[in-house]
Amino acid sequence: MFILDFFKTIGRYTLLMKKVFSRPDKWKMTFRQIVIEMETLGLSSLGIVFIISIFIGAIMTIQLKLNTSNPLLPEEMTGYATRDTLLLEFSSTIMCLILAGKVGSNIASEIGSMRITEQIDALEIMGINSANYLIFPKIVAFVLMIPCLVVMSMAVGLFGGYCVGVFSDIISSVAYIGGIQLWFIPYYVFYSIVKSLVFAFIITSVSSYYGYYAYGGALDVGKASTNAVVNSSILILLSNLVITNFMLV
Amino acid sequence: MIELIDVHKTFDGNEVLKGISTTFEEGKTNLIIGQSGSGKTVLMKSVIGLHQIEQGKILYDGRNIPNMNSGQLRELRKEMGMLFQGSALFDFMPVLKNVMFPLEMFSNMTQKEKEERAKFCLQCVNLDPSCFNLYPSEISGGMQKRVAIARAIALKPRYLFCDEPNSGLDPFTSLGIDRLIHDITVEFNMITVVNTHDMNSVMEIGDNIVFIRKGHKEWQGSSANIFNSGNQYLDEFVFASNLNKKIKQANDLIMNN
Ligand SMILES: Nc1ncnc2c1ncn2[C@@H]1O[C@H](COP(=O)(O)OP(=O)(O)O)[C@@H](O)[C@H]1O
Ligand SMILES: [Mg+2]
Repeated sequence: MFILDFFKTIGRYTLLMKKVFSRPDKWKMTFRQIVIEMETLGLSSLGIVFIISIFIGAIMTIQLKLNTSNPLLPEEMTGYATRDTLLLEFSSTIMCLILAGKVGSNIASEIGSMRITEQIDALEIMGINSANYLIFPKIVAFVLMIPCLVVMSMAVGLFGGYCVGVFSDIISSVAYIGGIQLWFIPYYVFYSIVKSLVFAFIITSVSSYYGYYAYGGALDVGKASTNAVVNSSILILLSNLVITNFMLV
Repeated sequence: MIELIDVHKTFDGNEVLKGISTTFEEGKTNLIIGQSGSGKTVLMKSVIGLHQIEQGKILYDGRNIPNMNSGQLRELRKEMGMLFQGSALFDFMPVLKNVMFPLEMFSNMTQKEKEERAKFCLQCVNLDPSCFNLYPSEISGGMQKRVAIARAIALKPRYLFCDEPNSGLDPFTSLGIDRLIHDITVEFNMITVVNTHDMNSVMEIGDNIVFIRKGHKEWQGSSANIFNSGNQYLDEFVFASNLNKKIKQANDLIMNN
């Protein structure tokens, strides 16, 4: 039963994506939607990305420093470890997990409520490819915005660590600045951005899927949005393993 | 003309439509009546191709919906307008934008022409211009229905479908909407199909009435002969209200004298 459901879901998801990636009825409307979605999905996430990154950057620096206090380790190691953690995992994977909660539930509940109030039927009956009109701009907009969010998260996270050096004497700013410049590998940034593009696609397409096939009433929209967040998070973690295996190992 | 031949529709083993054949003619308001849960909405959604039927034909001036691919279906749908049971206005855009939406998607009009066409349609449904820039959640249910009708007729459809256009409305507004649907049908010579369980609408605009019961077509006729159909189930439906019972008695008295 479970296996059957699994394949049914994969099949329906694939069919939906086929509908999503067909030619839009009117490019002008699609472009307009993309710009709107870049704002609602991307720009409106700047705040949460900023706050979380700065605090995690700071706390990571403090913890690393406190828990690796060894006279044999140079003080630069703290900044170095903070930087690589941010670049490799935090700003892409963890940030996308958080955004799966925000953006995923937003998308699933928006599309889900359009489904149950027959607004999607209304689009269809006008002769519009509703999947393409509603979902395509969301995917494109978020995939375009995610590199900005990731790069910003890296920068802000590093700045958070720097603040620790400035506002406390846990670590000296000079050592921190020295540390984050140590053995810098630009490829890590590229790796992170590639990952985040995949994650952005997962978040938007999976959440749209759950919203699009919502059925019933307001309660079911809530369920759809929970499913969207849970399943896109799991998929993010799985694909993280796969991508890391290909790009770093 | 829309012709239905032996239409069957089943949901998970629950057969909702059990072989319905009928025709809907142009320039007339064709009513589908029946109790709540009798399958009116399912029939209408099958006719417009939102539900896939298992068996039967649905011919739009000869074009069979179940045989169409999604591209052909989309082309045909540009000739359709529909008023959904819950209005289904796009709640993220104001009233005027809602009506302009189909024009944005499918016409080559200039911005000004689109706006004028939308305003004209909203005037047709007697909507006050002060509401044009309000959002659907800010206007009453009756106004939402009227906006939805305006949106449905914006592209001058050949086929108009209305699912319970007057459910939840007061008798006066409801009458206004019925007349409106009837008038635009006659004026633009459209093929209009209306779902209703409201006897007032039946008497007001029933040119061609199809009575559905438990997935079968029980009876078909016009409002002129609905009182003496001789069909037991139709009588139960029609005379559910006291007022209609009295009319029937008066009618019979006149007949007998
Ligand atoms: N999408 C659906 N899936 C399963 N059953 C449905 C669906 N839509 C309607 N039905 C069933 O079809 C029957 C008729 O419903 P409907 O056509 O909405 O009635 P009404 O005449 O009041 O419009 C109901 O018993 C309902 O449970
Ligand atoms: Mg109904």
